Amino acid sequence: MATAISPEAVEKTVYDALPQFGVEESDITRDATFEDLDVDSLDLAELSQIIEDEYGVQLKGDDVGKIKTVGDAIDLVVNRAG
Amino acid sequence: MKRDVVVTGIGAVTPLGVGARTLYERWRAGASGIENGIGACTEFDPTEHLSVKEARRADRFTQFAMVASDEALREAGWADELPYETGRIGCIIGTGIGGIGTLEASKEALIAKGPKAVSPLAVPLMMGNAGAAGVAMRHGLRGHSYSILSACAAGAHSIGAAVRMIQTGDADAVVAGGSEAALTPLATAAFAALDALSDTGISRPFDAQRDGFVMGEGAGVLVLEDAERAKERGATILGRIAGYGASSDAYHLTAPEKDGGGAIEAMKQALADAGYGPQDVVYVNAHGTSTPLNDRAETIAIKKVLGDGVPVSSLKSSIGHLLGAAGAVEAVATILALRDRVAPPTINYEQPDEGLDLDYVPNEARALDVNGAPAVALSNAFGFGGHNAVLCLEAP
Repeated sequence: MATAISPEAVEKTVYDALPQFGVEESDITRDATFEDLDVDSLDLAELSQIIEDEYGVQLKGDDVGKIKTVGDAIDLVVNRAG
Repeated sequence: MKRDVVVTGIGAVTPLGVGARTLYERWRAGASGIENGIGACTEFDPTEHLSVKEARRADRFTQFAMVASDEALREAGWADELPYETGRIGCIIGTGIGGIGTLEASKEALIAKGPKAVSPLAVPLMMGNAGAAGVAMRHGLRGHSYSILSACAAGAHSIGAAVRMIQTGDADAVVAGGSEAALTPLATAAFAALDALSDTGISRPFDAQRDGFVMGEGAGVLVLEDAERAKERGATILGRIAGYGASSDAYHLTAPEKDGGGAIEAMKQALADAGYGPQDVVYVNAHGTSTPLNDRAETIAIKKVLGDGVPVSSLKSSIGHLLGAAGAVEAVATILALRDRVAPPTINYEQPDEGLDLDYVPNEARALDVNGAPAVALSNAFGFGGHNAVLCLEAP
């Protein structure tokens, strides 16, 4: 079952996922760019998988190209679900 | 004039510990890295050497290769800056199987949760060239780079191919070796199904009681350089890859030719390539798997090429069979043994077998008498599929 979507829930999912990829927890903010966090296309593919598993929202190649910051990713998921 | 290829750095991760000297010194002392019938790298902790990101982006076999390469490049003096244009440095890391641990975990996820549970990292971790990719990226090596898959000859083939790459002028230096991490349920079951593994869990090459090989894991990596360039930059020369020979039995998928035919051809080629004769060889690092067939055929081959006076020993007695890493790890250990003028032992040797009557250096290391000449050895590697690769190694 997909989890109900709220900005807070998605934020928690993303914030919990990034340290698994080697990102320092203290560096994670909504404004942090994935480039600065050294989160690359493979990490984003994994993040997309986690989000789809959790919320049933698919992020594909075009989407991933548009998101630059942690906040962008959270907003996209929330909007897509809405 | 053929370019001369020298060894300027070595690294290893093996069941005897992390480090090339650790491997050699413990083997020389007769230590065993085999516990409960397997040769696992129990002293290897990836977090000591790799960041979280580096470790999760690499199957265990690639982790081994990266850590062994760090050691080799440090020793070569390459740690801070590469001495050549990066496009002139190649990278060849062989493997028998590649990232089979990743493959098995991915298959489990697929069955348990369906296709969407398979990680995007599955392919880049399991691919057989991941070791070469990981080492090349880690050190910024931008020349020719690939993996060689020739089962248990892959490590030796990789070193041989690296030598040729330098000799043809395609590279000035190559980081070369082999890596394997196949102590997994599927790989172990599959080798057991072939009746290749030891039931007793004891690796005792050339002994009458030998009953198959013991699986091991690890990596060996060498920095190889064009000798002239290495001397120009003032590198410390650990040894030379004096010659390389390779052949195919074209006979059977798993069994060696009974008369050692393909192995003989590869050994002769390696000697001829080095410009040495049988009398120059002071030591043979045998493939010595502890299987009934290999050790008999290899004994026949060694006798045919070198006669019956040369000391022969098998590192596999101490660490088990590292499959695609074996040839590289054995080259690393042999270079150190030659520098030390020592033939390390074949441990666990108790009962001579009929017809297997070479000097296997049983259980205790022995000094090599080279009369002031460079020490020259052959290091044999023979793989399933009938692939044979032999290195002629030399230490000043």
